[in-house]
Amino acid sequence: MLARDYINVLYIDLEKQEYRYEQRKDLVKYLGGTGLAAKLLDENIKPELDPLDPAQPMIYAIGPLSFVMPVCTKTVATFYSPHTKEYGESHAGGRFAMAMRFAGIDAVVVTGKSAHPQYLLIDDGVQFRDARAMWGLSVEETGKILRQTTHGSGVRSSIRIGRSGENLVTYAGVNVDTYRHFGRLGLGAVMGSKNLKAIVVIGNNTVDIPQELKVKYRKVYDKIYDRVLNTDLMKKYHELGTPVNVIPLNEMHSLPSFNLQKNKIDFAEDVSGEKFAEDNLVRKVACAGCPIGCIHIGQVRREFDAGYEYETINVSYDHELIFALGTFLGIKSTDEILELIDVVESEGLDAISTGVVLGWATEAYKRGYVSLEETLVPFEFGIVQNYIAAVKYISTRKNKFYEDLGKGVVHAAKVYGGSDFACHLGGNEMAGYHTGYGNVVGFAVGSRHSHLDNGGYSIDQSKPKEEDIVKKVYDEELERNILTSLVICLFARKVYTRDIVLEALEGVGINMTNEELTQFAKDIQKLKYQIKQKLGYSLDSIKIPERFFQTKTLNGVLSSEKAHEMVKEYKKMIEELMNE
Amino acid sequence: MAKVLKVADRRRCIGCLSCRQACARLRGEYSIANSAIEVKTSGGYTGEFVINICRGCEEPACMEACKFGALTKRTGGGVVFHKDKCTKCGACGVACAVNAIRFDEEGYPIICTHCGYCTKYCPHRCITTKEVL
Ligand code: SF4
Ligand code: SF4
Ligand code: SF4
Repeated sequence: MLARDYINVLYIDLEKQEYRYEQRKDLVKYLGGTGLAAKLLDENIKPELDPLDPAQPMIYAIGPLSFVMPVCTKTVATFYSPHTKEYGESHAGGRFAMAMRFAGIDAVVVTGKSAHPQYLLIDDGVQFRDARAMWGLSVEETGKILRQTTHGSGVRSSIRIGRSGENLVTYAGVNVDTYRHFGRLGLGAVMGSKNLKAIVVIGNNTVDIPQELKVKYRKVYDKIYDRVLNTDLMKKYHELGTPVNVIPLNEMHSLPSFNLQKNKIDFAEDVSGEKFAEDNLVRKVACAGCPIGCIHIGQVRREFDAGYEYETINVSYDHELIFALGTFLGIKSTDEILELIDVVESEGLDAISTGVVLGWATEAYKRGYVSLEETLVPFEFGIVQNYIAAVKYISTRKNKFYEDLGKGVVHAAKVYGGSDFACHLGGNEMAGYHTGYGNVVGFAVGSRHSHLDNGGYSIDQSKPKEEDIVKKVYDEELERNILTSLVICLFARKVYTRDIVLEALEGVGINMTNEELTQFAKDIQKLKYQIKQKLGYSLDSIKIPERFFQTKTLNGVLSSEKAHEMVKEYKKMIEELMNE
Repeated sequence: MAKVLKVADRRRCIGCLSCRQACARLRGEYSIANSAIEVKTSGGYTGEFVINICRGCEEPACMEACKFGALTKRTGGGVVFHKDKCTKCGACGVACAVNAIRFDEEGYPIICTHCGYCTKYCPHRCITTKEVL
């Protein structure tokens, strides 16, 4: 849509091995990102079929600001989630948005299933390439091979799955350019179900800045660039990165640990952002179009044989990973956390879900819900080797138990018991905050069951009045619909206030009023709920596990009754919206 | 006083591509494919970045290779491009030992003017301009 009056959609049919581009003016009003991807999902989804049926679509969309304004770096994927069996939406950075932008594509819709494993090369057209020899390879190895077998170094992006995606683990993710991910809700399994190992996009088209925008565009770009780099608005992400949260959350009694049996640990300093920075941080890298560079790369040296035989692991870390693969499992050192991240990355799993699933498995094992015969390793909080083995067992479906674990904590608890300590909210494994009602309720009702839907954890930290929480959660999600449609990285949400968003749009030739944006946010929220309803979803189904009410939060011990009442209150607001 | 573009420290590079965007923007383009500076990964994101720029030669091989007078010596180093004389033969690109010349969609070489605009956008001061006589 950049510098043109239509949305260019690339439709790829793996069954027929065909593709076509459609120039759709009717989609312009959905702008991009969440809005556009939700609309295309709505058009193509098959509610009557299984989420992993070949006919289901997998959609990737960028937005009008992608790459051309600072920190507009994300691509939004939508799909029928095999994990929650409802609306699936996941976001990733890296270079994918840039590559799509200059391959001239605003959205890709992939349907069907290849007869054997393939990968796609998207340049001026689409090539369907053999990937049989890549099937079973790790995410990293696949990436290295793709770099050798495709052109476009410097303007290329590749997304790929690991074994977990091939084996349809319902929380398998899709890796983007090694360090970023479409992590949550099982997009990796959707790709695997299509026999699709990877997609490489090469963005080398020329796009002229329209004459009438030349001056304006540079002015707006400079203004935003200055806000990004020369103010404190994004400082946190640049310096220690999100791991800066570990110590404060611990102090607030809000750091989920030991399968949420605890909210505070005595080794927080050993796994803090500061500790990672001092001992492991070797460099930072950025998504294309972001001068911040929040991607923190940690290094750990491992002796694999006697005789000074070393190998080096380089992985990216952030707060969510330190929580899920660290504190939640009682892992006490930065090196061990990085080693665990490394396997999760290789297998292509969602780090958050994997950690939370393993937390549940540990408690279930300790309490006798499952036996060693099933778990194969004697789970123990703090012992990383067991977890490293278990991650591989999950992704290869080692036995019935690991097959069940590979369907998420809700499913596993249904089979083996222990649902009161299965830490999910709305069917998706929890994120790294236990701050109060904002987080618990916000996450549970959020349309993609992500802590980023409405930032409930942040609302909690502002110590709101209890009666205001639901409204705040609701309003925040509406606002974020705008950011994720454009598609602005949510880390830049303080940079992109409403005024700035309107200016940025103007800078690329889109003139909208503030009221129109407000209405847009509502329309997109409605659209998401229309899809959810089609898939039989109801907010009535939300049942928050007991564990969330046993462990104290920053805002005290929560009441189950009150939390579920808040869900009802939210439901009412959604009903009102739907009737508007 | 003339200035030339220099790489100060490529190891600090985070691969944000702000420099490439800046150069393209100056040329009236959104796409980084049209910038005179190139930033690439070597061995993927796990490797280091390579910053590929015109090194501002005092004896430009690209100019010597051009048989049509489309490249002339620039004061301070590097070359000045005269589009009207360019036949899009591509000889300059082949001649440049550091592969600093890429070509736009129409086949014209993208020649660095050593203006320094890109350096203003590098968050880590990886690139800079140096004053030369
Ligand atoms: S383009 Fe290459 S040969 Fe020409 S001046 Fe620059 S570095 Fe030297
Ligand atoms: S010095 Fe000027 S022409 Fe050369 S790469 Fe930088 S912005 Fe482009
Ligand atoms: S602006 Fe600086 S950090 Fe960013 S890609 Fe260019 S040289 Fe690297």
